[in-house]
Amino acid sequence: MSTILSVENLHVAFGSRIIIDGLTFSVNAGDSLAIIGPNGSGKTALFRALLGLIPYTGAIHWANGVRPAYVPQQVAADRQLPLTVKDLLQSKSRLLHLPVAEVELVSAQTGLTQDIIDSRIGILSGGQFQKVLIAFALLGHPDVVLFDEPTASLDDLSEEHVYELLHSLQKEQGFTTLLVSHDLSIVYRYATLVLCLNKTKPCLGPPREILTPQMLEELYSAPSKYYQHIHNHRKG
Amino acid sequence: MQIEQIYPFVLVILFAVAAGVVGSFAYMKRMLLASDVISHLALPGLGIAFLLKYNPLTGGAISLFLGTLLIWRIQQRSGLGIDATVGIVFAASLAIGAAVTPNEDLLEALFGASQRLSFIALLIGSAAVFVVLLSIFRLKHQLALSVFSPDLAAATGVRVSRLDLYFLLLFSLTVLVGLRFMGALLGSALIIVPAATANQLTSKMSDFVIASCAASVLSVSLGWTLNLLLLHSSTPGPSIAIVSALLFGASLLKKI
Repeated sequence: MSTILSVENLHVAFGSRIIIDGLTFSVNAGDSLAIIGPNGSGKTALFRALLGLIPYTGAIHWANGVRPAYVPQQVAADRQLPLTVKDLLQSKSRLLHLPVAEVELVSAQTGLTQDIIDSRIGILSGGQFQKVLIAFALLGHPDVVLFDEPTASLDDLSEEHVYELLHSLQKEQGFTTLLVSHDLSIVYRYATLVLCLNKTKPCLGPPREILTPQMLEELYSAPSKYYQHIHNHRKG
Repeated sequence: MQIEQIYPFVLVILFAVAAGVVGSFAYMKRMLLASDVISHLALPGLGIAFLLKYNPLTGGAISLFLGTLLIWRIQQRSGLGIDATVGIVFAASLAIGAAVTPNEDLLEALFGASQRLSFIALLIGSAAVFVVLLSIFRLKHQLALSVFSPDLAAATGVRVSRLDLYFLLLFSLTVLVGLRFMGALLGSALIIVPAATANQLTSKMSDFVIASCAASVLSVSLGWTLNLLLLHSSTPGPSIAIVSALLFGASLLKKI
């Protein structure tokens, strides 16, 4: 299988705070890579670096001609914004010079009804909005899609629904996914490869090797100590 | 009535169209505070030009352009606290302008004047409006994505920081066209208020932009006529701004 992304010795820092310190990994075409790790371990920062949104040192190589699409955790869009879902999808479609039918096609694939398409983005429910973001990402047939906790703001049922949708779209279209998730059962079910980020030693491997109790305790040990500390402090 | 007397009215209507379009995107970009400051940035240049008995619009144009670059730089470093920085630039430019402008010219610099307009000035003004409208038309999809989410726009291939600069320059150019009518204090009123009115009335982007244009043109026509027939002020700026505010007030009634 061909390598679609390779990352070598990646460093990301915000001011003097080092977020990612020398990360190296690669992703093959068709992979479904889940990225896990405690809060502040640099999962979102990694995505932002991969998309070229923040400065970094080290090397990020996408295979020739690959343009990654992005489904962010949240979009802090103004609810009063006079933009409909259609405005949004059409703007991207026109910018990438896609065929006119593409917007309808993607809307149908992601289950956006005409009612949703004609709505202002500000009045959508969390689940509808997430579907819009997914449709937006899938416009233009991306080779790779980066999902940053796509269900963070949803209830369990909607979450299940979104992952089912993602999985079936991925099977249908064969794109590579990079997924940040806190939900280990989701990771276990859908990921072919897991990358865990932590301050000491990042690890990479198939879910059954990475998602062992011992590995997970090692991965999440730092923050639990931190919470313990705060707890004690309040008591005293 | 001589043909020259129509020139200012033609230009102010063209300005209204550009202001409506630029304003609708400025509204979506939530850059109203920054844009309000931009028009004030013309003031030091206007003042110095009045002082040197030089064409005030040229002076205004120079300080507007430099000020726009300054605001853009501030936006790039938003970590510094954009509200405070913009507030400081706002106060400083108003103070410098007021200090250097000769007293007899201060009112005109602040609120504009409906002086005679040469054919050449009309042509230059119209060309500027044409540039603004054409540019916004070409950039509308990029602008729409960047107001929704700068990150998603960048991931789609939009160069957001360059787009911001380009938009600010178009904004300044629009302010400059309207400067002689509206002055430095009211320079951005016609950019901001009609867009806010349109947002009350529409939900689709294309409707929004058209409604913003319509509110702007209506404000200018009514304000201009009001001034001509009733107020007889040396400048139409205040009556135009008042009409636009009244239209906004009327648009609020729709929601009740």
